[in-house]
Amino acid sequence: MDYFDRFAVPHSSPMIVGSQIAIAVTVLAILVGVTYFKKWGYLWREWFTTVDHKRIGIMYILAALLMLFRGGADAILMRAQTAIPDNGLLDGQHYNEIFTTHGVVMILFMAMPFIIGLMNIVTPLQIGARDVAFPRLNAVSFWLFFWGAMLFNISFVVGGSPDAGWTAYFPLASVEFSESVGMNYYAIAIQIAGIGTLMTGINFIVTILKMRAPGMTLMKMPMFTWSILITNLIIVFAFPVLTVALALMTMDRLFGTNFFTMANGGSDMLWANLFWIWGHPEVYIVILPAFGIYSEIISTFARRNLYGYKSMVVSMVAISVLSFVVWAHHFFTMGHGAMVNGIFSITTMAIAVPTGIKIFNWLFTLWKGKIEFTVPMLYSLAFIPIFTIGGVTGVMLAMASADYQYHNTMFLVAHFHYVLIPGTVFAVLAGFTYWWPKIFNFQLSERIGKWAFWFIVVGFNVTFFPMFITGLDGQARRMYTYSEATGYGPLNLLSFVGALGLLIGFAFLVYNIYWSTRYAPRNVTSDPWNARSLEWATHSPVPEYNFAIVPEVDSSQAFWDSKNNGPALFKGKYKEIHMPNNSGVPFVLGIIFFVWGFAMVFSMWIFAIISTLGIFACMAHRSFEKDHGHHISVEEIEETEKKLRGANA
Amino acid sequence: MKIDNSLPLEYSTEENRLKILGFWIFLGAEIALFATLFATYFTLVNRTGNGPIGADIFEVTPVLIETILLLTSSFTIGLGINAMRHGSKNAMMVFFIITLALGAGFLGTEIFEFKHYVHIGAGLQVSAFTSILLTLLGTHGAHVTLGLFWGLFIVLQVKKRGLTPETTNKAFIYSLYWHFLDVVWIFIFSFVYLKGMM
Repeated sequence: MDYFDRFAVPHSSPMIVGSQIAIAVTVLAILVGVTYFKKWGYLWREWFTTVDHKRIGIMYILAALLMLFRGGADAILMRAQTAIPDNGLLDGQHYNEIFTTHGVVMILFMAMPFIIGLMNIVTPLQIGARDVAFPRLNAVSFWLFFWGAMLFNISFVVGGSPDAGWTAYFPLASVEFSESVGMNYYAIAIQIAGIGTLMTGINFIVTILKMRAPGMTLMKMPMFTWSILITNLIIVFAFPVLTVALALMTMDRLFGTNFFTMANGGSDMLWANLFWIWGHPEVYIVILPAFGIYSEIISTFARRNLYGYKSMVVSMVAISVLSFVVWAHHFFTMGHGAMVNGIFSITTMAIAVPTGIKIFNWLFTLWKGKIEFTVPMLYSLAFIPIFTIGGVTGVMLAMASADYQYHNTMFLVAHFHYVLIPGTVFAVLAGFTYWWPKIFNFQLSERIGKWAFWFIVVGFNVTFFPMFITGLDGQARRMYTYSEATGYGPLNLLSFVGALGLLIGFAFLVYNIYWSTRYAPRNVTSDPWNARSLEWATHSPVPEYNFAIVPEVDSSQAFWDSKNNGPALFKGKYKEIHMPNNSGVPFVLGIIFFVWGFAMVFSMWIFAIISTLGIFACMAHRSFEKDHGHHISVEEIEETEKKLRGANA
Repeated sequence: MKIDNSLPLEYSTEENRLKILGFWIFLGAEIALFATLFATYFTLVNRTGNGPIGADIFEVTPVLIETILLLTSSFTIGLGINAMRHGSKNAMMVFFIITLALGAGFLGTEIFEFKHYVHIGAGLQVSAFTSILLTLLGTHGAHVTLGLFWGLFIVLQVKKRGLTPETTNKAFIYSLYWHFLDVVWIFIFSFVYLKGMM
């Protein structure tokens, strides 16, 4: 039995036991349910083995929504714990665990996959391609992310959650100060998901550079596609740094090396540097696609061309370059001297310039537009002022000398939620609502969507604005409780009320999906928003091959032009289409990685070696495999097109 | 599958061209990976704690053998690709097998070198310097090991399937990988060993 003791949670509490039971019951219910309704075959054929970018995108978004609620549960618990002074709802250890998992889950397993999901669905359609460059690799990316996320999530009920913050600073994250396997989960689960993300990066760069429709030069790409190209360039150059940092952390924790230790020459500051050399570009990985989404939505619903196309592109390139030279601003107070602090202050403030250019471009796009207040547009309009507050407080934090005053306080927490929530979360919700009819051929209810919007936007401000004030008053972040004498009580209670508002907003979002799936009218056209880019030129739902005839393009909004007496998009006749085959190997590879990760977390070397061999067996299988894909005949295309009616029928 | 006969076989189809570009971008990521390891090495090189410094443990002979073997293998794989472009399957296979043999020789010497380090008290756990030294060398060595299996698979496929757009594409991409490992080794040789011994 001693062998199994390692799987026990070291700081168990009734809440954790409850979750263990709930998770076990849910998993069992899913397995029994799928078996009872005989859906295993369907799931395997249509989803687990798919290499279709649209289906992979849907799975990414589903997983992201799931993680949104996991991270949201952590958030509500944190706000509940700090709602009143000297609260005993959670103990210090449990609080450490939930703010750690909240951060990791929201950034890496919610924001990233949500963005990657939208980019999977939309990018190939926007450039008139039939799939991504490497469809099989795309499936591998998804399953590595998925099983990595699952591995991270079971830490809560098997062996103990990570508890050193999402930044995992050393020496706190070392074996000496974090004894449980929690930080092993952190190092290995993120590593697995990160490898998947790196492959996504390579895949989409090649897709965008090589597979655009004829006539679509780089400067005629839709702005969302531009943002995705730049994001993936950042991914390819930032994620290897994380790979190394996590590998060194794993070795420190499992094999007793001395990279970040306090003895034998180790350097804890090295971790902070490596982490943020990845971590700051990571922030732009989740914000640039959001900028792309807003550009599409604002131009669609203001019924105007995007203002300043070239300056939008140039500013994104500038942001991507600057994102790699600001990392030290995350730890101004760790003592790297006035000179270094000064340089990083200036580079950080410089980012406000290209970002400001983008804000003005959106405002000028709105200027004199015939604005239509749909749900996606509401999120976009709310984004501009709220994000600007986040940006301005960011410049305040960028001033190194002033930063000593409010670093590590709730002011910082308020700042980054003011950029990440209106930036990324509003954007993915807007994009989700905007592209929903393209994927499912019906619209989400605007009425319920607006309820969700108002609860989310008001709830957000009520939750996070008070933190600016308590932060300036000196309330430290990550503090699990405080005394009544500090006077933080009322504003923290207000934050909790706001968090409940957010909860109601997200409940509306879920209800909207349920309600619209059942009752929304199904007779929408393939272009319900009267939009401008190519994804709206094909049918909804999009057929497997995306476009029956590859479109020909001569401007950045070719579809809009073709609707307004411009040149036709689809010239020529149907030809046989070559498509990739499905494969179960990526799914299997993901599971083997999960087993490998689990074995590594608990130092079970025999399982680790066996699963390593399994991973190499999958790669060898791929090397020897002969897979030439399949062809869709002209008759089949004609039949599908007739059934789908649409833009070019 | 459309085959463009004006291009070498490995570039002849759209899919092949995508794969080659994708691999170049992957090598970009690999450069970022090794750059991070080198940066970590330069940060920790003087943080030796109670352990030895580089000059105490580096030996010229095995390092020179490794360098000569790996540099020669980069030349022979180039000859292999040249033979492939001329369509001579047998010459290509011979050069690839020579490359793999040289690679195996490199790996054997490196394993010997690692055993030596552990033996003289410069193991992985001794100090920050030995940790990053062995991790940097080990990461390169792991790449070579993976490359040996990968190259072997390609030789087997060329033997069985001949020089087709697929096999030549794999062989060409593999040669990019192998040259890249050589470039990394040149940096290791210059900035770890030479600098360490001076």
